[in-house]
Amino acid sequence: MENLLKLHNIHTHIGQYHILQGIDFEAKEGEVSVLLGRNGAGKTTTLKTIMGLTPASSGAVHYLNQDITKKPTYDIANLGIGYVPENQGIFGQLTVEENLKVAIRKETPEIMEKQEYVLNLFPDLKKFWKKAGGNLSGGQKQMLAMARAFVNDSKLLLIDEPSKGLAPIVIEKVMEAIVEMKKQTTIVLVEQNFLMASNIGDTYTLIDDGRTVRSGEMSELIQNDELKQKYLGIG
Amino acid sequence: MDLLISLVINGLATGMLIFLLAAGLTLIFGLMDVLNFAHGGLFVWGAYTGVVTYAYTESFLIGIVVSILTGIILGFIMEKLIITPVYGNHVQQILITLGFMLVLQEMIKVAFGPNAIPVTVPSYLAGSWEIGEVIVIKYRVFIIVVGFIIFGIFHYILTRTKIGLIVRAGVINKEMVQALGINIKRVFLFVFMTGASLAALGGMLMAPYSGSIYAEMGMEFAILGFIVVVIGGMGSFSGSLLAAILVGLAGSFMAYYVPYLSLAVNMILMAIVLIFRPQGLFSMIRREST
Repeated sequence: MENLLKLHNIHTHIGQYHILQGIDFEAKEGEVSVLLGRNGAGKTTTLKTIMGLTPASSGAVHYLNQDITKKPTYDIANLGIGYVPENQGIFGQLTVEENLKVAIRKETPEIMEKQEYVLNLFPDLKKFWKKAGGNLSGGQKQMLAMARAFVNDSKLLLIDEPSKGLAPIVIEKVMEAIVEMKKQTTIVLVEQNFLMASNIGDTYTLIDDGRTVRSGEMSELIQNDELKQKYLGIG
Repeated sequence: MDLLISLVINGLATGMLIFLLAAGLTLIFGLMDVLNFAHGGLFVWGAYTGVVTYAYTESFLIGIVVSILTGIILGFIMEKLIITPVYGNHVQQILITLGFMLVLQEMIKVAFGPNAIPVTVPSYLAGSWEIGEVIVIKYRVFIIVVGFIIFGIFHYILTRTKIGLIVRAGVINKEMVQALGINIKRVFLFVFMTGASLAALGGMLMAPYSGSIYAEMGMEFAILGFIVVVIGGMGSFSGSLLAAILVGLAGSFMAYYVPYLSLAVNMILMAIVLIFRPQGLFSMIRREST
């Protein structure tokens, strides 16, 4: 399969801090690529750098064979990259309907069909259509954030810690949704919950102290207790 | 009873003028996180260009149109030259916009002279109605009606249109709005120009109400605008209307019953709101970082 996204030797500074110090990462079309690492390793910053929210100081981000390193965030999003931030980024005072409406670029029949598909994937959103986003439960907010990123026919979805703070039963639902979405798009996932990551991930990239330390097939990592112990503290 | 009605009409009319100034300020602060101390300059430029046009053409309506256009043009220039370089830095924003306020004020004196210019109410809005014992001044009712119409139009835009939805979303989390593919800088410019045009319109409507215009009136009204934004809640359009009416009514009643406290009443109102509800009565802002 072809590389949809490729990061080469990315360095990112936030203020005076040198957060990313050499990230190399690839996401192949149709796969779920998981970024793994301890807290503060640089996973979230990697996603933000791809989105142009914390632009790279050096290195290159290529998406669909074009350099998007210096592009503004809205341009990157319009190239078909959907982003689900760690805190979901729901517009709390807007209703579920309005949250989706902000995201929809053009109300074409295809996009409205996609919205219907997304609402079938997350029936709770239909149920709470007129409810303010801020009044949804944690799981519903996560579903709304994913729906919003997915609704524009995104070719690539960046999802940051979708299981964070959710009950196990809700995590299962979110996982099922990601597996379903994978049929239509490519996913880059940041996840602390290794069980979830290993269940749905095809490939992994381990990040430590802002650097890529290893990448490969998920099945390989599952069997490598030493690597899991060293970089994830499990195994 | 007739006194009560007169005071209410006075208060509402003053409140509406403050609202026109505060509406732009609150959106500019809420969405762009910009403290614009030059907003009063737009108010006074709107007043002067509108009044001069009104004097030449003898058409109050053309004066209003010219004042709005002045606001739009000055808003565009300000956003591009003054505001864009200082996004994200409040100290620089305060310094540069205060400086620009002074420039706008002094340029008024250069262009139109240092003396106050008398303004009369257009004939069709002059005079008053007598309703029973109550005398209702037509121009004040006109200001109140225009204020409510402007509120209605903008309330519709903010709640029923896509651009309004984007502005409201941007007030809450502008980083996320960009991540959804929207060029927030373009939205910033639109909001800034809209806010500037409202301030300029406020200045033009104020002119016949106060009977004369002078260069310093922008600064005086801008302070009231800021008080209203703080009371109403940063970023809240409806909050600004209610707070402006509150400030207008409080000013009107206090000026009659306790005149020596009339200047302090706005500050007291603001202090009370800040103590019990520091985010303002209807704050839209729940900033989240993504």
